Amino acid sequence: MFKGGVKLLDFKSLSKDEEIKDFKEPDKVVIPLSQHTGAPAKPVVKKGDYVVKGQVIGEINGFISSYIHSSISGKVVDILPWNLPTNRKSLSIVIENDGQKKGIEKNQRNWLNLESSEIINIVRESGIVGLGGAAFPTHVKLTIPEGKKAEFIIINGCECEPFLTCDYRVLKEYTDEVIEGIQIICKATNVKKVFIGIEHNKIDLIPILNNAIKNLKIYLEIEIKILPEKYPQGSEKHLIKSILNREVPSGGLPIDVGCIVFNVQTTLAIKRAVCDGMPLTERILTCTGLVEKPNNLKVKIGTLISEILKFCEGKINSGRKIVIGGPMMGIQIPNPDVPVIKGTTGILLLPEEDIPEKIQPCIRCGKCLEVCPMFLAPSEIGRYVEFERFDKCENLNVFDCIECGCCSYICPAKRPLVDFIKYAKFKFKKK
Amino acid sequence: MSNKIYCSPHIHSAETTGKIMFYVIVSLIPAILGSIYFFGFYVLKVILVSIISCVLSELLFKILMKREIRIYDGSAVITGILFAFVLPPRIPLWIVAIGGFLAIFLVKELFGGLGFNIFNPALTARAILLASYPVEMTKFTKPFNYNIDAITSATPLFIIKEKINEQLPSLWQMFIGNRSGCIGETSVLLLLIGAIFLLYKRVITWHIPILYILTVAILSLFTKENLGYQIMGGGIVLGAFFMATDYVTSPITKKGKIIFGIGCGIITFLIRKVGGYPEGVCYSILFMNTLVPLINRYTLPKKFGGKR
Repeated sequence: MFKGGVKLLDFKSLSKDEEIKDFKEPDKVVIPLSQHTGAPAKPVVKKGDYVVKGQVIGEINGFISSYIHSSISGKVVDILPWNLPTNRKSLSIVIENDGQKKGIEKNQRNWLNLESSEIINIVRESGIVGLGGAAFPTHVKLTIPEGKKAEFIIINGCECEPFLTCDYRVLKEYTDEVIEGIQIICKATNVKKVFIGIEHNKIDLIPILNNAIKNLKIYLEIEIKILPEKYPQGSEKHLIKSILNREVPSGGLPIDVGCIVFNVQTTLAIKRAVCDGMPLTERILTCTGLVEKPNNLKVKIGTLISEILKFCEGKINSGRKIVIGGPMMGIQIPNPDVPVIKGTTGILLLPEEDIPEKIQPCIRCGKCLEVCPMFLAPSEIGRYVEFERFDKCENLNVFDCIECGCCSYICPAKRPLVDFIKYAKFKFKKK
Repeated sequence: MSNKIYCSPHIHSAETTGKIMFYVIVSLIPAILGSIYFFGFYVLKVILVSIISCVLSELLFKILMKREIRIYDGSAVITGILFAFVLPPRIPLWIVAIGGFLAIFLVKELFGGLGFNIFNPALTARAILLASYPVEMTKFTKPFNYNIDAITSATPLFIIKEKINEQLPSLWQMFIGNRSGCIGETSVLLLLIGAIFLLYKRVITWHIPILYILTVAILSLFTKENLGYQIMGGGIVLGAFFMATDYVTSPITKKGKIIFGIGCGIITFLIRKVGGYPEGVCYSILFMNTLVPLINRYTLPKKFGGKR
């Protein structure tokens, strides 16, 4: 169990019992070349080209980068910068759907005959990145650096953000595929011990998972860990702390303590890529909040968020805001005409909050120090940022902040502490 | 659709500064009622003058300095009540008004307002008045003497310290508050009711008050002082739960709070035992206030994944 964090109302009942629905193929998709951590992909199609589903349209550009595939068949009508749901801009490929649903030839493979390096290569060529939100290229995670040893694989099924239920639905409906994905990961990394971490509110998954674990194709030890509902339980570092009581060193990676952590949907994507030859062209997300019909949807990458909101009957009235991701770490977007990308876990329509326009003074209650799971002093960082003493922020370990939002959530003065910290990081990187 | 873009998180706890201040005010109500019961209607006037003086001083400062007026958050009201609590029951009202002004204008606002003052405003104002009006500030009266020129009476700690020939109240009398002393400090029972409410509402944590009281208790035991009178006489209960726990002037870290509480206890005891005053709560908290930035700096927690 990790120290700090906050208990949140989870609002998951809104969409928890909605089966995953296929969202219809849109007439047009906008596929950004930068959907992942690392270098943007290089476009390999031109305006006017005809592409099919699963065809590479963006090529990997360096080790920490990823392939981008078309999610529909049709004509490339434009290549232009487009807003991302992260409020950045990226060169994007606009494809018009021809309705033919043509796809690349799919290779059915038996992963038991594949070498580790072959699996990693398939993952790389399938454009798989972490689907929990951070979108870190998965082939990089699977490639264990020289001198490091992976002892444990941890499957992150915590979904600690309120509202989101897509990972829960995936574990419930695609259980066998996820378990198969776990075995493929273990084969690729040569690890024999796996933990599946889920929060206590998903306890009904235990019999389903236990049942699926019975028929493993290779020797593996899979243990299901029930973790208390506490945000940010799904943070990689805190998940490892809770399960193994190991602390990832500051600035380090999970592999430094012998772990590799995969999100549930990433595991599913690996299975589909390796067994079915299906590159990553769709993902499952939750659209919920103030929408009339909350849903868990399987969506083509590049579908515009405005279309999904329309489908779920989310009216964008005054006093409402659109948040991409969970409510704690998600990003508010000014305009829903942005595409779903690989890291889009949810689309939330939330009420606008009554936050004082003018920043209120810190009353030094110390609650932010109590809840900070990284044991930082957000109040102190906030004060220095307010007085533009960015030099002082480094000593306060501002770069260790995971921006989970616990401090801002708990602050009685409603100070924008995460905002302050992001600003301090930005100022530093600029220097 | 909103045209304002906010940074994450997009949900917040229901706790607000105003709510916390409201809880503190509520927690002080039993002690206010008790003080009126023991010392008469005049103390209500003292409390009201103190509150009005504090609120008006804050208003005046904000207007003079053209700053955002935020008296609605209730912090000036709390200072007003707490300041009245550390005054003798028959203090002239004009002194109260001066004190309220000093607490807010000098001690709080001149240092930057809410969140920036170094010293506890109520206690600092009391310390200034004690130096300026020593006679009025040390004229204590017997409870249930509702006349304005009531019979003066020494406080229990004064009786013990100076070994004067006066009857000490029983420990039970001390507990319910039937003894001479400052307006809000006498009733341990009523203060504890408020303190438990604050602990329950998680406005304060146990660290500072419990360690403060425990430290004085242990030191008193070692020096064979009378434990009951040392803890319940004077203003330790009021000071420990309501003054030393003031967010702004106490450490923000857990470790810091522990050091702060123990420090207050040691200094209170030293003033009482070695120093010239029968009571040391006020000065001990003010002294520890000066150490808060230092304590904070050296007790910041080690970051997650930091070197052990």
